[in-house]
Amino acid sequence: MPEVIVVGVDGSEAGARAAHFAAQHVREPAQVLVAYVVPWSPYTVQTAEENERRSVNKQRETESAQTNIVDPLLAELEDKGLKAEGLVRHGHPAEVLCEIATERSASHIVVGRRGQSRVRALLFGSTPGNLIQIATVPVTVVP
Amino acid sequence: MSIAQLAQDGGGGLDSVVNDAFTTLSTVVQEVIFYSVTIAGVTFPLVVAWLAFAAVFMTVYFRAVNVRGFRHAIGLVKGDYTGPDEVGEVSHFQALATAVSGTVGLGNIAGVAVAITIGGPGATFWMIVAGLLSMSTKFAECTLGVKYRRVNPDGSISGGPMYYLSRGLAEQGKVRLGRFLAVAFAIFCIFGSLGGGNAFQSNQAFAQMRSVTGGDDGLLGGSGAGIAFGVVLAIFVGVVIIGGIKRIASVTDKLVPFMAVFYVTACLIVLGGNFGAIPEAVGLIIEGAFTPDGITGGVIGVLITGFQRAAFSNEAGLGSAPIAHSAVQTNRPVTEGYVALLEPFIDTVVICTMTALTIVITGAYTEVGTEGVQLTSQAFESVLPWFPNVLAVAVLLFAFSTQLAWSYYGAKSTAYLFNESKLADTIYKGVFLLFIVIGAASSLDVVIGFSDAMIFAMSIPNLIGVYLLLRVVKRELREYEQDRASGVIVKVSERV
Repeated sequence: MPEVIVVGVDGSEAGARAAHFAAQHVREPAQVLVAYVVPWSPYTVQTAEENERRSVNKQRETESAQTNIVDPLLAELEDKGLKAEGLVRHGHPAEVLCEIATERSASHIVVGRRGQSRVRALLFGSTPGNLIQIATVPVTVVP
Repeated sequence: MSIAQLAQDGGGGLDSVVNDAFTTLSTVVQEVIFYSVTIAGVTFPLVVAWLAFAAVFMTVYFRAVNVRGFRHAIGLVKGDYTGPDEVGEVSHFQALATAVSGTVGLGNIAGVAVAITIGGPGATFWMIVAGLLSMSTKFAECTLGVKYRRVNPDGSISGGPMYYLSRGLAEQGKVRLGRFLAVAFAIFCIFGSLGGGNAFQSNQAFAQMRSVTGGDDGLLGGSGAGIAFGVVLAIFVGVVIIGGIKRIASVTDKLVPFMAVFYVTACLIVLGGNFGAIPEAVGLIIEGAFTPDGITGGVIGVLITGFQRAAFSNEAGLGSAPIAHSAVQTNRPVTEGYVALLEPFIDTVVICTMTALTIVITGAYTEVGTEGVQLTSQAFESVLPWFPNVLAVAVLLFAFSTQLAWSYYGAKSTAYLFNESKLADTIYKGVFLLFIVIGAASSLDVVIGFSDAMIFAMSIPNLIGVYLLLRVVKRELREYEQDRASGVIVKVSERV
């Protein structure tokens, strides 16, 4: 089975950098798995209208992420002759990236960073920050 | 049962015109719904007995599911049983939080004060008993809400008594009865949403706002202030429900749980400040429950008051909660039944009890002339002098979120009755906004009477349907319990 590398993307420039970094450093026949995690928590309070449309919205979010973020990156990677696969999930970004890595027996996780200020990171947390604390495989953070 | 004179008139002039017109309607409606019988000198509204009987019957029929299912309900809410494929859909926590946001409101603050004013401290005891028993009623109705919900062509979900009455009874071959009950429920729900879910909320919010801004001589003391306040509140609600500015609704709903926690904390501070008086207060509550002093109707009078206020607060048996619970992601309807039984517990057993203890312990209820939300406010003020201002904000938020929730219930009922008509929806929402103003301008006895009547009326078609569908719920519960026993249903963390 070829080696699998999970690349976490978020639609930002940082995510694209992570994907390109992985593309440059991956050795054939390794496979790149481009993963987008829609941030979502089961413990939020929502209105009844939001709830009744949740299923529809989940599907819409998934499709939108696939078309606008994951697919273009996959196309770029394939242009470079790499075998790449896309994946969109909902949940806590860092936790879900780790889950994906475990499920696919990935050897490595690559993510970009946005260069948040300390205050922002303290208030909202950062995916790379969380990831390096909980990951079970090596994590590369691309600046 | 006529509620004592608890007038919170918004001032003379314009207000009294609105008040006069509304009083007639209210009186007629109340006489019909609260049809009372007199047994041994005690006047007894049949509809309260109807709800109380349902709560007792369902607790027995489901072998105390309210107690047995409590731990499992917590596990479901925590997400212990949520599989990875269900992530991103409406969780049990979210369905519960939405329902609780709609339920926790003035019933918990003002309603408790009303109960204690009429029934004395003992009414608290019966409120708690009613709260515990009605967990079983919620279990049954919310299970049905999920079981018979409908997935609309656009992928959204509609649920509630309208659907389990019509679809559930149709399954049993009772098509016309089901349709009739569903229509009756929808009509009552529309009127209930205008009364208790709306007018009562703006009435009490106005009373509290006027009181903290200086009473009769303050900013909101003049004539026409009630209408002005109502118009402002109506604009806010209108922006959300007609203008579609979801952001406001979303922010309010996030603030409500925060305010609820804050409110309970404040109660605990007041109780802590009077720590030594707690045994005495508990004594008063228990004593008042069985040997009430100077309360009309004696024990039964107190019991009725407690049950009536509990029902008004936690809404069990009325059929409003199944509408909010039905969007949850689950393939086992009974799981949402379990989760829903936490709702009366949070609402009545925890929050109402806190309010009641605060009122009883501070002795605020012994002062003549203070009623409704102001009684609760005064109880807090005796320990935390600044609290009435915070309470005013809490009352306003609770009122707002409850109005949003009930406008949703009313709109869903309108959609059912008029086949998803856009025009009917707009008309309903316009009338809803009008009732916000009426509520703020009209006196409390009129408003509370009308809202009580309409909301209790919902329980008639709803519970008839729930009784007829009890075997469906029982079957769902039995199969689910068997699957849990045989290990088909286990926590995600224990799956192999």
